[in-house]
Amino acid sequence: MLLNIKDLHVEINGKEILKGVNLEVNKGEVHAIMGPNGTGKSTLAAVVAGKDGYEVTQGEILFNGKDISEMAPEVRAQEGIFLGFQYPVEIPGVSITNFMRTAMNEIRKYHGQEPLAAGEFLKKMNEKQKLVEIHSKLKNRSVNEGFSGGEKKKNEIFQMAMLEPQLAILDETDSGLDIDALRIVANGVNKLKTDDNATVVITHYQRLLDYIVPDVVHILFDGKIVMSGGKELAMELEEKGYEWIKQKVNG
Amino acid sequence: MRQQKKPVILDKLDAWLADANQSFSPEMQKVRQEALESFKEIGFPHHKMEKWRDTNLTEALSFDYSLWTKEFNTSIKEEEIFKCDVHELDAFTVNLYRGRYVYKDQPIFEMDNGTIVGSIAAAFEKYPELVAKHFGKYHKEGDVKAFDLLNTALFLDGLFVYVPKNVKVEQAIQLINAVGREENAFVQNRNLIVLEDGAELTLIHCDDSYDYKRSFTNTVSEYYVGENARLDHYKIQNLNDNSYIVNSDYFHQERYANVSTNKMMLNGGIIRNEVYNKLNGEGSESKILGLYLADKSQHVDNQVFVDHAKPNCESTELFKGIVDDYAHAVFNGHILVRPDAQQTNAYQDNNNIILTDKAKINSKPFLEIYADDVKCSHGSTMGQLDENSLFYIRQRGIGIDNARLLLMYAYAAEVINHIKIETLLNRIDDMVKKRLRGELSICDQCVLQCSSPEYSFEIDMDKID
Repeated sequence: MLLNIKDLHVEINGKEILKGVNLEVNKGEVHAIMGPNGTGKSTLAAVVAGKDGYEVTQGEILFNGKDISEMAPEVRAQEGIFLGFQYPVEIPGVSITNFMRTAMNEIRKYHGQEPLAAGEFLKKMNEKQKLVEIHSKLKNRSVNEGFSGGEKKKNEIFQMAMLEPQLAILDETDSGLDIDALRIVANGVNKLKTDDNATVVITHYQRLLDYIVPDVVHILFDGKIVMSGGKELAMELEEKGYEWIKQKVNG
Repeated sequence: MRQQKKPVILDKLDAWLADANQSFSPEMQKVRQEALESFKEIGFPHHKMEKWRDTNLTEALSFDYSLWTKEFNTSIKEEEIFKCDVHELDAFTVNLYRGRYVYKDQPIFEMDNGTIVGSIAAAFEKYPELVAKHFGKYHKEGDVKAFDLLNTALFLDGLFVYVPKNVKVEQAIQLINAVGREENAFVQNRNLIVLEDGAELTLIHCDDSYDYKRSFTNTVSEYYVGENARLDHYKIQNLNDNSYIVNSDYFHQERYANVSTNKMMLNGGIIRNEVYNKLNGEGSESKILGLYLADKSQHVDNQVFVDHAKPNCESTELFKGIVDDYAHAVFNGHILVRPDAQQTNAYQDNNNIILTDKAKINSKPFLEIYADDVKCSHGSTMGQLDENSLFYIRQRGIGIDNARLLLMYAYAAEVINHIKIETLLNRIDDMVKKRLRGELSICDQCVLQCSSPEYSFEIDMDKID
């Protein structure tokens, strides 16, 4: 099992946001986590990635069998966890090329590998750039600076393609995308899928799942996964709306 | 009230003047004598004065300094002192050691295109009228500064550059002011740069110390930039923590003149930079930029006064700093838009990153506007490294130290990227990276570590395509 979250309780400033989440993700799988706003979807993503300010009060997060809940975010990333941000951060002054080269070499160092030669690195950049239809001039620009919403999301998938994580968590990657950008982003994710990695897609709408077909759909509601099923669960949710879940849970 | 201890050097000033005056003409000796008398009347500035409220020189001035009035001793190997130059920079290099002009063949010479470069003391002898026309002429009226008077009285030498009308000097001129070897050096440098109408010049001005000896440097530089002339100026200050420096730049611009001045304050005990920029002709433009990196108990102070005297001029100020440990940074920006200066565009920005709760910043942006059709802005910010950006970078596998470094470097790059000379840009880039990694504190010989092998730099930000 790649990711195993057991009875995870998480607080922010003393307020409990996750109230006992269980989630199992195997290699080769695509999972979708859906749910209304404010139910803890982004918190779950941030906690797995190791963002500060979240307190795990109970439960554990195992990645490849290792408990990662005390690891620094960079170590989790080096272990193979990637988070596609809902709001990618602009870093003026740092080119994407240098950013990715630094990140790749730190990850390689963690695994005892030599840094990638400049030529190989560039070749890889060109190759992965095509995957998300990024124009070549983009790579000389500062990370996300002045990018449109669509460009920022494409850039997230590009980074994912470069770093080749074992587990990618994509937090609302579809938000703010027009249909063309959505198709490109989804396409990228599908092409990166292998038998050895897994993707967790967090989304509010079913729309993205027309392009990225999940093996398992989970519904997160009020800090808990209240329902899991196949891709048809997403369709049912789309049809009946989140009110249906509320009634089911409360009633 | 407790009386401040009188600096011991006050008793030495007359003797220094007598010594330093020997090589100057009787007229100039008179000017210097008067300057010293005026200085004695007002004395050194103290922290009860508005412009000196946040910078205290009491300790810096308390040492028993000596002014080196001797001729330059040619047995000192030039390359031993001036090894901290910008490598591979195609520049005409001029060296000042402890305020004395260092030369091999002649102290001043004229290029084929009429450009004159050399020692200002020599220029006083050889081109007295040319020097007299510009020397001491570009101060703000009514503004008498003690350090300027002291400099006029006691300077021994400095750089003189004259670029004739419409001459574009292809090669950059690099001036290196070095201190070191002897303890407690008191240095007075005086530079005069004249660009006639349509002339163009790039000047790189470095303040270096090559060991840990204490020094106090007071530099005054005057720049006349004629109609349509263009000056690209860089100042790199990288001295040991026992160096105190008061540096005053006077930029006088005529119609459509263009000045860009970029200061890199990388290291020093106390660095005080004053800029007075007079936009004295319609359509002139100036860019005044600065980057300061201060840590330990260092102090860096920037005082920038931009005087919009004529219409349709544009000035842009951007000063950015990263202040760590117990360091203290001061910024005072003043833009004056005189009644005639309609259609002025004037922008002033001071941004600071403060890394500890013991570091201190005093920032005071100020506009004084007497014209009604102008576009002016000023702003000052203080903040920490952005937590969301740090998390984003770390999430990609980059460790916290490098993530912080990357953000600091990116922050500094906004100023560095204005450097138009590629070799200089690369060198400064490298120096800033090393500085941010704290590598300057580990060296025991040259503050710059120029000759030492490159340390491995994990953030490889070299341009690779």
